[in-house]
Amino acid sequence: MLIAKLCGGRPYSISQLSADSELTRQAITKHLRVLESVKIVHSVRSGRETLFEFNPGPIQNIKQYLGMVSEQWDEALSRLKSFVED
Amino acid sequence: MNDRIEKRIELKASVSRVWRALTDYREFGEWFRVKLDGPFVPGKVSRGHITYPGYEHVKWEAVVQKMENEQLFSFTWHPYAVDTKKDYSQEAQTLVEFRLEKASGGTLLLLTESGFDKIPIERRLEAFRKNDGGWAEQMKNIENYVATAP
Repeated sequence: MLIAKLCGGRPYSISQLSADSELTRQAITKHLRVLESVKIVHSVRSGRETLFEFNPGPIQNIKQYLGMVSEQWDEALSRLKSFVED
Repeated sequence: MNDRIEKRIELKASVSRVWRALTDYREFGEWFRVKLDGPFVPGKVSRGHITYPGYEHVKWEAVVQKMENEQLFSFTWHPYAVDTKKDYSQEAQTLVEFRLEKASGGTLLLLTESGFDKIPIERRLEAFRKNDGGWAEQMKNIENYVATAP
């Protein structure tokens, strides 16, 4: 639950987000870019790292809502993939 | 296409294997992270509770629609019905469909969740706001926005 974590209110790097996740770093990066494209998260530069944080502005349209639901499905399907391929 | 979510994923497992992972309630529970009370039966309500850490208080409830052997499994539910105090029964549901196709390396799974156009966005936000402490703070902003938006 990437979003739940980001909602803690502080920015996270991709490494921090992937550390305790079953998703790969690449998958997390992809999710973050999707969430960024619908403005649920935004990225900030910190030195050589890119940090991502929840965008506290209003979630105001269905597109953003679908972005969240979509991300949950990505995570669920990724767990399904591991489950059937093991 | 703002009323639906579509996903496609290739799985390196046979169609039968994927079908079992989707439709056996114990296997479904493993990857979906839900503890279900009993098997899926078309036309019947499936109940249980989420096992995802931090969300154990959230109930799972869906109505199984179709189980067409190794081809289509579908159910309707209230997406993100995470507020345990709220009665969602009068709200519109979305339809979740899993379609399976044989692919060269295994199985192609097509997931569709549709019907979002019938769900008022304000209600969805309310659900998110109750999700947990982390959400609560952020969602106040959204609640204020929704309350004042024309």
